Amino acid sequence: MVELVLIPLLKIIVVLNATLLGVTYMVLLERKVIAWAQSRLGPMRVGPYGVLQPVADAMKLMLKEDITPARADKWVFTLAPILSMVPALVVYAVIPFGDQVHLFGRQISLYITDINVGLLYVVSVTSVGVYGIILAGYSSNSKWPLLASLRASAQLISYEIAITLTLVSVVLMSGTLSMVGIVTSQASQGVWYAFIQPTAFIIFFIGGLAETNRAPFDLPEAEQELTGGFHTEYSGMRFALFFLAEYANIIVVSSVATTLFLGGWLRPFPNVEFLSFLGVVPGWCWFLLKSFVFLYLFIWVRATLPRYRYDQLMRLGWKVLIPLAIANLILTAIVKVALA
Amino acid sequence: MSSPTPQYGPMFDTDELVINMGPQHPSTHGVLRVVLRLDGEKVVDADVVIGYLHRGVEKLSESRSWAQIVLLTDRLDYVSAATSNVGYCETVEKLMAIEVPRRAKYLRVILSELQRIASHLLWLGTHAMDTGAMTVFLYAFRERELILDLFEEYCGARLTYNSMRIGGLPQDLPPSWDRKVLEFCRIMEGKLEEYETLLTGNRIWLERTKGVGVIDGAEALALGLSGPPLRGSGVRRDVRKDEPYAAYDEMEFDVPLGVAGDTFDRYVVRMQEFRQSIRIIRQAMQGIPEGPILGKVPRLIKPPAGEVYHAIESPKGELGFFIVSDGKSMSPYRFRVRPPSFCNLQALPRLVKGHLIADVVALIGSLDVVLGEVDR
Amino acid sequence: MAEAIAFYVLAACILGFAVLVVTAKNPVHSVVFLVLDFLCVAALYVTLGAEFVAAIQVLVYAGGIVVLYLFVVMLVNVKRPPEAFRAGGRHAMLGLALAGAVLVEAAAIAVWSRLSPAAPASAAQSLPVSGNTEQVGWLLYTSYLVPFEVASMLLLVAMVGAIVLARKES
Repeated sequence: MVELVLIPLLKIIVVLNATLLGVTYMVLLERKVIAWAQSRLGPMRVGPYGVLQPVADAMKLMLKEDITPARADKWVFTLAPILSMVPALVVYAVIPFGDQVHLFGRQISLYITDINVGLLYVVSVTSVGVYGIILAGYSSNSKWPLLASLRASAQLISYEIAITLTLVSVVLMSGTLSMVGIVTSQASQGVWYAFIQPTAFIIFFIGGLAETNRAPFDLPEAEQELTGGFHTEYSGMRFALFFLAEYANIIVVSSVATTLFLGGWLRPFPNVEFLSFLGVVPGWCWFLLKSFVFLYLFIWVRATLPRYRYDQLMRLGWKVLIPLAIANLILTAIVKVALA
Repeated sequence: MSSPTPQYGPMFDTDELVINMGPQHPSTHGVLRVVLRLDGEKVVDADVVIGYLHRGVEKLSESRSWAQIVLLTDRLDYVSAATSNVGYCETVEKLMAIEVPRRAKYLRVILSELQRIASHLLWLGTHAMDTGAMTVFLYAFRERELILDLFEEYCGARLTYNSMRIGGLPQDLPPSWDRKVLEFCRIMEGKLEEYETLLTGNRIWLERTKGVGVIDGAEALALGLSGPPLRGSGVRRDVRKDEPYAAYDEMEFDVPLGVAGDTFDRYVVRMQEFRQSIRIIRQAMQGIPEGPILGKVPRLIKPPAGEVYHAIESPKGELGFFIVSDGKSMSPYRFRVRPPSFCNLQALPRLVKGHLIADVVALIGSLDVVLGEVDR
Repeated sequence: MAEAIAFYVLAACILGFAVLVVTAKNPVHSVVFLVLDFLCVAALYVTLGAEFVAAIQVLVYAGGIVVLYLFVVMLVNVKRPPEAFRAGGRHAMLGLALAGAVLVEAAAIAVWSRLSPAAPASAAQSLPVSGNTEQVGWLLYTSYLVPFEVASMLLLVAMVGAIVLARKES
């Protein structure tokens, strides 16, 4: 009973809470880092250096009036934010934050579950998230959100192809779809896949920016063009769900990138003996550190780059990234067969 | 999208989408309203609707005394008040044939060029912001702040300066102000490099601006464009060179020109103008003569009957004032402004046709309109 | 026991959503119910131990194809007249006939498989690979190679056709 129900339940509770906390603080981190990039201070009022800002934000969003536009499609309007939030959280079920730890005399693995199609699960669950955006745009009964949702769905579907193709190259290297298996195969091969699959790594990062609607691909919520994008008509907690889903997705992409390309919870140079003192730091710390690097990159890119235009975004996706990803996949397969 | 009466007719109707951009929209720079007709994301037609900021400055002026009108000109192009002040004062001086002291002329050049830099900084920031580069916006405002400080020290105001008088200037420079201006020029030159690093060579920026909103010189002239949008199309027209006012005839500077007439060229022209403005400020600072700052102006300003048109090069383009005086009353008989923003905005429907929504905001930014001046 | 409960709950959901798909007055609502239906089907696959098929079901059907349905429904603004929702009529009869035919077919398969019990089930055991994904891949590229290739050609033809149709005459 303890093994079957209690421990997974506890893990789910811990992961969900940690994720949501992480998401709110990701927002703060973003505001702070962008502020520093722009020679500002960022939030400073709530708590020392603004560390309690997420709490204040959450309070504000929960207390705010939750408006449903008069001629909106009410049910769908409510369903949309849920549909974008749930997949973003469900993905965490297969993300391995670390190896195993000893707690209270038990061997506990630092992931909720390890299914044999883990990577496919991640891809398929995140692909459902697009409904949130499309339905939000449709149900608002407003023109700007509709335009944004059309942009978003085209963008997400296009970049999903490129991302999935890079994942296939990684799977070719590891020979397994299990997230834990991918990390352990990096350990046994003694190299992070970022080094032997640099093209896939870069395409994954660019595609990740596009999949999470981040600058320079933040067209679906381009404030300067579409006033607020697909969530123009949303307010209060329903808006907050979209907001949280976006940041949860960023953390998902960072975690997946860490697992696939940067060796997950492994320490740097996992097979180099004289660096074994790095093993003092527990695996999950390495995982968080690596994910943090990605999060920082996401923010950094946002502070630096202008936004792509819709047609340019499509051209980049279909004419550059997808062919590159296919070429990389074929090359990987050839090399793999030649070496075997 | 949906018609009022239920129709079950053609299933695959693809109507054009009519959409209101503004008057409450983040990138219409105030209260501009553009009614767009879209085919997908493509702009089929655009209709510019103005007037949301109309305060009747021209009519108001006809019941204000000549000296009071300086204050109203502050509110025309409210991010470039000093140049509007210069334009109005010089027009009245022309009408009354007042000789302005050389020192005042030099100070006018310095203030105008500082104002040009401030106005261009605001343009740069908002233009970059419209295309998604938000850091440039804050950088530009950081430097604009320095100019506002300089203006504050000079005349006490940070936005609406009221910094000119008919016949000269209200006051001389504060002590050590000149040193601060030169210090600012030094800082500004370094910061320009910073902006250019972020934008000029940036692939995304180039893709967003090159070939967007191309307009050739002849058409630009026909549409009445002036200022950087006109020079971006390669037409050499700068009031400071062609009909020098203040002390511009004594300054040495180049008129940067574009070639292609697209958004990128308009951007490059303005970026070059930053450097030219710094060059002019340095020269003026060096050659600034001693002497009075206010010419011989009668106590009661009452120009003789007649009409006059005088134009200056404001940061946005050719800012002209047409004034008719009947020689009897204490205020102008007719007061008319030729605002560069208004004339430049005329080109917008022509420029956006066939482009995407994202280009509309880039083009509004590249024309650099201020609604206070458009609506007056 | 637990499996049976899961099956009946999921089956009830699938049927319920399926009914909602055809009865919903708003086509967008129909599409939303279709997505939920597909998700339940995916869950059913999981209970059968076919994780790979479940993930593909979500990825391809729920996450890909239905998005395109939604696109079309939203863009062409389909409006059905109120008469279309009246009971009876030739369409309803046709639908009932089709449903009856499918039911008979399903019953026939069930009876037939009961009479001559499964031979192909053992084929999976004799595969040289283990694991869900590997087995599907092995079968696709050995026993079912020709149908697989035919299907891919069919998709290619469809794609070319779509491009030809979508291209504007210039």
